[in-house]
Amino acid sequence: MIGFNLIPLLPEIFLALTGMGLLIVGLNITKEGRGKEAAEIVSWTSCASYALAFVVLLGISWQPQIVLNGMFKLDQFAGFVKLLILLGMMTSLALSVRFIKDEGFARIEYPILITFAGIGMMIMVSASNLLTLYMGLELQSLSLYVLASFNRNSLRSSEAGIKYFLLGALSSGLLLFGISLIYGFTGSIDYGAIQATLMVLQDIPFGVTFGLVFMLAGLAFKVSAVPFHMWTPDVYQGAPTSVTAFFALVPKLAAMALLTRLLFEPFSALSEQWGQIIYFISVASMMVGAFAAIGQENIKRLMAYSSIGNMGYALIGLAVGTQMGVSALLIYLLIYMVMTAGTFAIIMSMRRDGRAYENISDLSGMSQTNPVLAYCLAILMFSMSGIPPLAGFFGKLFIFEAAVAGEFYVLAVLGVLSSVVAAYYYLRIVKVMFFDEAGDAFEGGLPFARRLILCLSIVFVLGFILKPGVFIASTQGAVAALFAG
Amino acid sequence: MASEELLIQYLPILLFMFIACAISVAMVFGSILVAKQKPDSEKNSAYECGFEAFTDARNKFDVRFYLVCLLFIIFDLEIAFLFPWAVSLKEIGMFGFWSMMSFLGILTVGFVYEWKKGALDWE
Repeated sequence: MIGFNLIPLLPEIFLALTGMGLLIVGLNITKEGRGKEAAEIVSWTSCASYALAFVVLLGISWQPQIVLNGMFKLDQFAGFVKLLILLGMMTSLALSVRFIKDEGFARIEYPILITFAGIGMMIMVSASNLLTLYMGLELQSLSLYVLASFNRNSLRSSEAGIKYFLLGALSSGLLLFGISLIYGFTGSIDYGAIQATLMVLQDIPFGVTFGLVFMLAGLAFKVSAVPFHMWTPDVYQGAPTSVTAFFALVPKLAAMALLTRLLFEPFSALSEQWGQIIYFISVASMMVGAFAAIGQENIKRLMAYSSIGNMGYALIGLAVGTQMGVSALLIYLLIYMVMTAGTFAIIMSMRRDGRAYENISDLSGMSQTNPVLAYCLAILMFSMSGIPPLAGFFGKLFIFEAAVAGEFYVLAVLGVLSSVVAAYYYLRIVKVMFFDEAGDAFEGGLPFARRLILCLSIVFVLGFILKPGVFIASTQGAVAALFAG
Repeated sequence: MASEELLIQYLPILLFMFIACAISVAMVFGSILVAKQKPDSEKNSAYECGFEAFTDARNKFDVRFYLVCLLFIIFDLEIAFLFPWAVSLKEIGMFGFWSMMSFLGILTVGFVYEWKKGALDWE
């Protein structure tokens, strides 16, 4: 039992145990006839357990170490991304509690599924073996399929779940096929062994490239990069808004981190090959994200296209392939996550007469009916479109800076151009809120959790310019670990 | 590692796939080419031991059959894992023992959940 050490896995083990415990406890509370209360109790307890896992993760050493016979790796990169994942889980669950109650599907399974999806994502980030990668990915995906169709009385939601499941299963199939090719040609599924094998090969066999392409296609599904993005708008629109918020916040971050580790660790010798692919999907995602969103009327659909576009920008950081690029990628994802959290806090509050509204036209004249919300959303939209001095501007700045430093001028120019196009639809929301005729006010106000998250998000967006060094330093530290070997 | 040598080992599988494809293609297209196909209403009607079909085969049945089926698969897989574990328990020692115990523990949590949730009650 060489290297049998479970300490790097403590946060995951802790979450798994609390998740299973809460499942049984919650069921008992439901059985006593307190179903509504049960969901709330389990949700807040889960939130607390994420916070505890956060503390545990901070407490353990982030010195690079590989445990479980090479299956699992904890280093600074994994640690940093896991902290973000836990934060995202906390945020989206706190946003959900009131929403699922209002919409009438408050069941204990909701927080439990988020917990299990989170464990899957944390395993993905730490995977150091293609099997662990697949296992984490499936644990995450299976939980997400169920979450997408959680409102099973709604036709849209069920459809979203089925669609997500079918395409997700297809992408897993592609990924597995790729893995089998890689295994066939390199003789191993261990990251270190694959890297060592590919390093010494004079010319890369065709099959390895083939396998890599299939793996990238499978993972492109998960990060919803063009041309594998078709599921995103339908799933985002069909899933309950609280679930959409979760989808937008966390899984893409995890998948992106997984992709980064995969490309820079086992396939570092093939950077020429994957560089071209990432280059292409990055440009395609930016373009589709910018142009397809223009005609959207549904704000959740709009956010889906916006996320496709944003993944395109983030992928620039990967395509550049330098340490600077990857640290820009991380900071971009962090900023995107915070902005999205704030935006979804507002989208969830678009309610009148006990019904949720989700069209852009429903926002008209919000500056008169709900001025505070309107100004908050305006700030977030300005930030998303990348207007200085807001946080979104810096995210794009770092990415383009890395592209220029790596002499990817065409990529940088295309990025700037598509962000100009994208600015149109972000600013259209501002125009609708401030210059269109006022409709009815949204009712119900903001529950405490939503208000807190919105405030934090706005403070971050406005205040990023004052203290950018903190975040830059921590992402650079995290990425340095990835490049150290 | 010389990838050529490694690939040679997989040659039988490649041949097997070619043969499998060839045979199945031959069978499907052979029957299309050779057989005389003159469909009429008698040939196309359902055939049940010489009787007229009693009912439509596509009737609805209880979704709980699926549920039981799914739950069965989980425990079926468990058994599939338990056999090799039991055979090799001597070699894998305490570590193997406790690995399986934690796996069974997780399964038990799922079992308790489905039981309490009423998935096993027929009525």
